[in-house]
Amino acid sequence: MEHHLEHSIQHREKRLRHLQEMDKSTMEQMLQDLREEHQHLVAMEAHSVDGAEQGYYQQLLEQNEDQSLMVQKEIDTRYQKQIKTVTPKAPLIKNIGRAFLVGGLICAFGQLIINAVMLQYGLDVKEASPFASITIVIITAILTGIGVYDEIGRYGGAGSMVPISGFANSVVSAALEFKREGMIYGIGAKIFQIAGPVILYGMLASVLIGLIYYVLGGV
Amino acid sequence: MLQGVLTAFLVGGAICVLAQLIIELTPYSITPAHILVCYVVGGAVLSGLGWYQPLVDFAGAGATVPLSGFGHMLVQGVLEAIGEDGLKGVFTGGLTASAFGITVALTMGFLVAMVFNPKG
Amino acid sequence: MGTRIGNRTLQFEKPIAIRSWATVAGRKEGQGKLGRQYDFVIEHNQFGEKSWERAEQKMQQYALELALEKAHLYGHQLDYFLGGDLLNQIVATSYTARALGAPYFGLYGACSSLAESMILGSCLLDGGFGRLAAVCTSSHHDAAERQLRYPTEMGVQRTLSAQWTVTGSGAYILDQGHGSWQITQAVPGKIVDRGISNSSDMGSAMAAAAVDTISTWLADTGGLHQLDYIVTGDLGKIGYEICKNELTAQGYDIAGKYFDCGMQVYHEEDQDVHAGGSGCGCSAVVLGAKYLPMMAEKQHCRLLLVGTGALLSPLTVQQGETIPGIAHGVLIEYRQEGL
Repeated sequence: MEHHLEHSIQHREKRLRHLQEMDKSTMEQMLQDLREEHQHLVAMEAHSVDGAEQGYYQQLLEQNEDQSLMVQKEIDTRYQKQIKTVTPKAPLIKNIGRAFLVGGLICAFGQLIINAVMLQYGLDVKEASPFASITIVIITAILTGIGVYDEIGRYGGAGSMVPISGFANSVVSAALEFKREGMIYGIGAKIFQIAGPVILYGMLASVLIGLIYYVLGGV
Repeated sequence: MLQGVLTAFLVGGAICVLAQLIIELTPYSITPAHILVCYVVGGAVLSGLGWYQPLVDFAGAGATVPLSGFGHMLVQGVLEAIGEDGLKGVFTGGLTASAFGITVALTMGFLVAMVFNPKG
Repeated sequence: MGTRIGNRTLQFEKPIAIRSWATVAGRKEGQGKLGRQYDFVIEHNQFGEKSWERAEQKMQQYALELALEKAHLYGHQLDYFLGGDLLNQIVATSYTARALGAPYFGLYGACSSLAESMILGSCLLDGGFGRLAAVCTSSHHDAAERQLRYPTEMGVQRTLSAQWTVTGSGAYILDQGHGSWQITQAVPGKIVDRGISNSSDMGSAMAAAAVDTISTWLADTGGLHQLDYIVTGDLGKIGYEICKNELTAQGYDIAGKYFDCGMQVYHEEDQDVHAGGSGCGCSAVVLGAKYLPMMAEKQHCRLLLVGTGALLSPLTVQQGETIPGIAHGVLIEYRQEGL
């Protein structure tokens, strides 16, 4: 076994304590040394005669990779600091206002439907509210088909995403986009691209809550 | 005719604003799928705790139209079915209650895809 | 045969001329800043085809044929065709090559593909392995969206750092011989990854690579004063600022010389594109529609084109990997005839 690489790693460990004061070229030189060392270590691991020797080199390799990661991270952090200073701030108030307006209007429209259905057919709220969802889903589907809903989404952000119309839009837009890949792998598979996770996790949550409820005896 | 419309507007809008805040203020890149899943699961949990029904009673469509209402519907469906069928209801109630929403969305998705092409 | 200068700059020995070029742009691009300068603007992004992918391929075909027509050449006379695009397995370029019938190298450098193709094409010609090569790259907004992000009809709000993939294609005919526009030097890029994993902030991810390539060229050849323009491919507003700040911090006064193709395509306010344009088609259309003609306004002009690429895939994004950036530099010189 050769031990000079171990010494070199230990020596570097000491230098790394002052990582934050190092300049970039020193760090880059260090990364290059680490890469060379890594190559030697891999070769030595490959040529090991027994498990013990192999383990020894594997351990050194781990240390080598940790050191590389540490130096790389320091370079990255310094670079990423300036990204924040040049990235424009999102117009928070404007976006919130738009989300409120669009989301609120969709819900208010839903309420109008519920009221109308209750009045017309003499149903109670619980029976009437599915009509609101169905109407919104159908209108959204058509708006998506004629290429309008993506513009609403760009304007409304979460306001057009969170109501049931956002769910409908994700289903319809996926079906539309992937129709060219055919009925089975295109529309059939991709229609669930976003609806799939929503249905899956909603269902799992309801099953879990149902089980708890059942076990607790319907408390 | 107009009763509850303003409340639905205010509460529904506020629920959407919460999502917008999550998107804007978290450092991670939050995709629409993340938001939708969170809302469904969040609505289900709140419903399980018995906190969502009062909101529905108060805001009507303001609480049922957002996807959290979908989670609420799943859980209420399960709880009702447990009352009727016991353990079997745990597994049948959710999708039964939400069947109309899922079926309409999928059917419309398919029909629209047959009729239209993406505009880009 | 060419030589190496300094650390990694290539100096071509034989003259490599850009004999002709052509650009094809999408509808939105046609309504942008360079609207009238494109050779062809398509009416609808589907270009009469049945898919976005076929539309992209057709744009390449048009760009290539228009460039060949300007040079009074036919496809079968080309010794090489090099290029790439953003579709999976760069299929658009391969289909263009299929129709062309010339020896073909399909290259993937994401949005740096144009510069990458130009470097390798110049190397082939300088090495004496042929006289004529065509390079062509393209990107298509809707094809890229559905592949990398969401269905095109999905209502999603874009972040301010997000860029808009340019629908467009540019083709350039390289000729081993004298001409007004010459490729004289090149700097092959190294991968630089600064640990950025946000796929809607690719400008920041690529800017570090651009800085590396530009400063390497400057150190190798020692001459910012010899340069009239430095033009990066598609860093966008945020990447541009980072690149400018880093180079200034290194002591290079690039004010007034440095531009980014991504910022030249759209009207920033009206077209809702946030940080600017991006994609293989971005530098391909802006170089041909704006900068090459602009060079001819001077008697002698030197431009360093730095094609920047973010080498990610939808898979690595979902797995949370960071984005490797690359930047290839090409030095283009213009000399007025008779000088």
